[in-house]
Parts: sequence; C-alpha cells; structure tokens
Amino acid sequence: MSWFKRIKQGVTTKSKEKKEIPEGLWYKCPECKNVMTSDEHAANYWVCSKCEFHDRIGSAEYFSLLFDEGSEEVAAGLTSGDPLTFVDTKAYTDRIRNTISKTGLEDAIRVGYGRMEGIPVVIACMDFAFIGGSMGSVVGEKFARGADKAIKENCAFICISKSGGARMMEAGFSLMQMAKTSAKLTQLADHQLPYISILTDPTTGGVTASFAMLGDLNIAEPKALIGFAGPRVVKETIGKDLPEGFQSAEFVLEKGFLDYIVNRKEMKKTVAQSLRMFLPEEHPEVREGEQS
Amino acid sequence: MNQTAMTTYLDFEAPIKELNEQIEKLRQSSEKTGVDMSKAIRDLEKAVRDKTREIYSSLDPWQRVQVSRHPERPYTLHYINTLTGGVWQELHGDRNVKDDKAMVGGFGVMNGRTVMFIGQQKGINTKMRQYRNFGMANPEGYRKALRLMKLAEKFNKPVVTFIDTPGAFPGLEAEERGQGEAIARNLFEMMKLRVPVICIIIGEGASGGALGIGIGDKVLMLENTWYSVISPESCSSILWRSWDQKITAANALKLTAEDMHRNKLVDGIIREPHGGAHAAPDEAAELVRKEILKHLDKLGAIEPEERIRQRIRKFCSMGVVVE
Repeated sequence: MSWFKRIKQGVTTKSKEKKEIPEGLWYKCPECKNVMTSDEHAANYWVCSKCEFHDRIGSAEYFSLLFDEGSEEVAAGLTSGDPLTFVDTKAYTDRIRNTISKTGLEDAIRVGYGRMEGIPVVIACMDFAFIGGSMGSVVGEKFARGADKAIKENCAFICISKSGGARMMEAGFSLMQMAKTSAKLTQLADHQLPYISILTDPTTGGVTASFAMLGDLNIAEPKALIGFAGPRVVKETIGKDLPEGFQSAEFVLEKGFLDYIVNRKEMKKTVAQSLRMFLPEEHPEVREGEQS
Repeated sequence: MNQTAMTTYLDFEAPIKELNEQIEKLRQSSEKTGVDMSKAIRDLEKAVRDKTREIYSSLDPWQRVQVSRHPERPYTLHYINTLTGGVWQELHGDRNVKDDKAMVGGFGVMNGRTVMFIGQQKGINTKMRQYRNFGMANPEGYRKALRLMKLAEKFNKPVVTFIDTPGAFPGLEAEERGQGEAIARNLFEMMKLRVPVICIIIGEGASGGALGIGIGDKVLMLENTWYSVISPESCSSILWRSWDQKITAANALKLTAEDMHRNKLVDGIIREPHGGAHAAPDEAAELVRKEILKHLDKLGAIEPEERIRQRIRKFCSMGVVVE
C-alpha cells in the first residue's frame, strides 16, 4: 500500500482545491501550506508560525533583526569587475548589471558595523538573490574589509553565509577568494577576536570549504542545507537516493561540524550570549544585555 | 619496439600517430626484407619531433586540459620517486578515520635536504585508478595532508605539494565527515605554516579539492595543466545546461598556466619537455627539481614571520573589484 503513498511533506492539497493567492499580501509556507499575512510572517522573523520553516531572507532582513538600531555600512560601493571578459549564454557584465537593477544590491554580500545587545560587532551577510549568493572578488574583498573593520574596532566578526558556492564567471579569481577569506581569518585570530559563522539555507561549495566552516563557533538555522558538494552531485556520485535529512543542519550538527542550531527568533539573543562569554570579563558595559 | 602500440594519442595528436605508424611499418618491413631503411626512418623520426613541437607550441585551452589528463602523464609518486632517487618514506593515515589512497605524502631527501612531499595520486591502470579513487581525496586525505604539514613544521622542513585532482570527492561519506571543513581548515592552517611551502600543479587543479593543498609561498603550474574553480565539462553543464560547450567553457575559464600567471593567481610556470610531460617523465621531473631548488633557496632566506606575511598578502591581493 504505502509504496505509492506520498510520504514527503509538501503537497497536502488536491490540485482542484488549489487556491490562487495574490502576491504580496499573503504568505503561504512552502512546507506546510500554512497561510498567514506577509506582515505576520515578517513579524515572526520570516519563520512559519506553524511549522517553523525558515524562509530565505537577505542581508537587509538579517541586519534589521540582529543590529540594535541601524548600522554603518562597511565597504559600500564595491561592484564586480569582469577580469576574464566572461561570456556564457549572457555576458557577465550584463548579468551583473541586470542583477544589480533587479535586486538593488551591489553584490552577494553586505557588511555592517553596529551593536547587537550593546556589543559592538561587524556582521557580513550574504544575499542569495544575487546570482545565488555566489562568491566572486567582491564577496572576498567585502569579507576582507569586514574583518579589517573588526580588527580596527577590536570587535567580534559575524558572517551569515547563504551561497551556492564560488562564482563561475570569475573562475580562478573566485577560487582564490576561498584562500583570501581564510587568510583574513588568520589575521582576525591573531588579534584574538571572535569569529562567528552562521550557516543558513543554503551554504554549499567554496563558501562551506572556506570561511563558513572556520568559525570559532559554527551555528546554523534549522533545516538549512549545508554541504560541500550539492545534493544532486552527491546523488549522481553514489547512484542512489540520499537518506532523508542528508546535509540538513541537524545532520551536520550530528556529524560534529556545528556548535548549535538556533531558531531565527532566538538568534540575536543566543549569539549575543555566546559573544559575551568570549569577551574579556572586565567590560561590564557590554554585558548589560544579560540582564534583559 | 612496441612503443607505438602502447602510446595513447589524443585526438589532436593524429598526425604524430600517423608518422609513428609509418615508422613502425618501415621497421617491420626492414626486418622482414633485410633492406636498410634507417635513413627513411631517421627522416620520419625527425618529422615526428618537428610535428610534435609544432602541435605542442600552440595548444588551445581544451587541448591542454586533455594533456593534463593524459593517462601516461607522470603523477605525484613519479615526481617524489625521481626527485628523491627513491630515498623517501611514505607516511600514512590521518590518525582519525583511515588512510586516504588518493592523497600520498612523506619525508624524502632531495639533493641532500629533507622535504615533506604531499600530493594527490591518480592510478596508473584501471585497477589502481579505483584504488586511488581517481585522485579525488576524501576529508581524511586533506587531514592527512595537514598532519604531515604540521609534522614538517615541527621539524622545520619545507613542504612541497603536488596538485593533480579532478576535485575533492563528492560522496556521501565525504559529506558526513566534513569535506568542506577539511578543506577550509587546510586553507587556514597552510596560511600560517612557518616553513616554506611550494605548491605545484602537475595535472588537474580542480577547485577546492586542489586549493586544499594549494596555499603556498610559491604556487607553480606545469605548462600543460589547468587550474580553476570548476572543470570545463561541469561549467558547460551548469552555465550552458549541456555537455557540448566544454571547449567554449575551457576558453572562457582562462584556466591555463599562462592565463593564471597573467592574472597573478599563480606565481610561475614550469616548462614541460617537448610533447608534454608524458613524453619524457624523467626530464619533466628534472625541470621540476630545478624550480623547487631555486625557490627553496630564496624562501629559506626569508624569516618565517615575513614569509607568512608575504603569503597572506599575496592571497589577499587576489580579486578584481570596481570601486
């Protein structure tokens, strides 16, 4: 009986019962089909109120939910060059220009400096909307300047990863951003400054194989896809279906590569608490958040 | 002489194959009939040399990718054996999970000095290719490599890595054991190694799997190798959604030694013997030896802190942005 029964979550409605929902006003959870207003969804940190599904959000949203109030943008105004004059089905320069106008972003990462529960922090946050959050020269350079800023301000550095990996259109340059970001982390470590890596859905490829896995703490959002090779590639390699939950944050935690998983609603509080434990004891002003 | 029968010819080597077949025919008929054809054979042999030089002096990127994967191309163990004259000890295992056969390494004595050699190893025949997992290391391979580097650092011996991999292995267990973390850890730790590190791409330099042992004071590429973020085939399948654009992708990726050097992403190119490293593996190893010795001398004269500073500065300067 059960071998043709749908066992995976997702489709619970018969197609004739399917209702069209106007864009913008309502949010329908892709996991459990729970419907809520977009405002409710945003107020709930873009997490489904019923099944806790964490929707993908960008740097603007993360900044708004992590910084106490406003932040100073670090390394703004950097955009991608086209060092290889790369053309696939589209010229890379056109792709960049179109993506910039479509997303309003400069590239796949933004860096902000501000306070989180009173603790000064630099936060770098990737944007999946920008060519799949792919890492090219701009991501590497902004990450590097973010680390420099943390060193200059003598504060913690947090990076929220969300990326398909390296950006193919910058080929060798993209690859070397893995080296560059790792090099910057050695400098941060020399200054004994905490580096917190937060892995969100999805974090794969060259980002996983460099700065995302190098945190003093590696933290993830629930159910985030985290891996080096993408699931499709792994499936092709082994020629079998992948086990349920393979490469999920819970799986990666179980295998020993994450310190903890945190619900987005608790992220600020939890990460701030971690940071306070890293900080020197003699700074009571940054510990005040503990009381609240 | 049955060299002709053993040699693998790449598609663009067809003219060389033809000439070699003619030589073989002449030899056979000369043997059978007793007629001296040595002059004709000598002429043809010269023609082979000229043709080889001509073809190899203008290889396009895709052809270089093919040469880099030539089944008779010398692999890491050939270089280690030749450079040390066999005076080396292979060291196994990552002290954690197992011994990865796709990654080999150990101390060896080259020109009177001890060097830690590490590299991916491909198999030399069908059975060995499987045994070596086609040069695709698992996390324990990268962790073994790091263990050996730390060992070299402890005893103040330089590290030489040979890079030759179609990529880090994308298998299920590799993911379970943290392929991403293993590579990331190597990038981080190699940046800070206090001993000189020379990395040489001797075949394929595919993506993170190559970079995982590729952080060095000097990163060099053999003439007919490639180094990039993805193979031309996979690039074609992802960007063009078809396997047919591998030649276009090979051109677009700027993955040859010349391109990578021009873009300052590697520090130098090591020339190969005429007709590629597979045509004269020992000669190739000697060319590599010369380069290693030259760089070891220069790097050895620099204080460790300064060497690390320069290494970090070099990798931090890579990238092109518009401000």
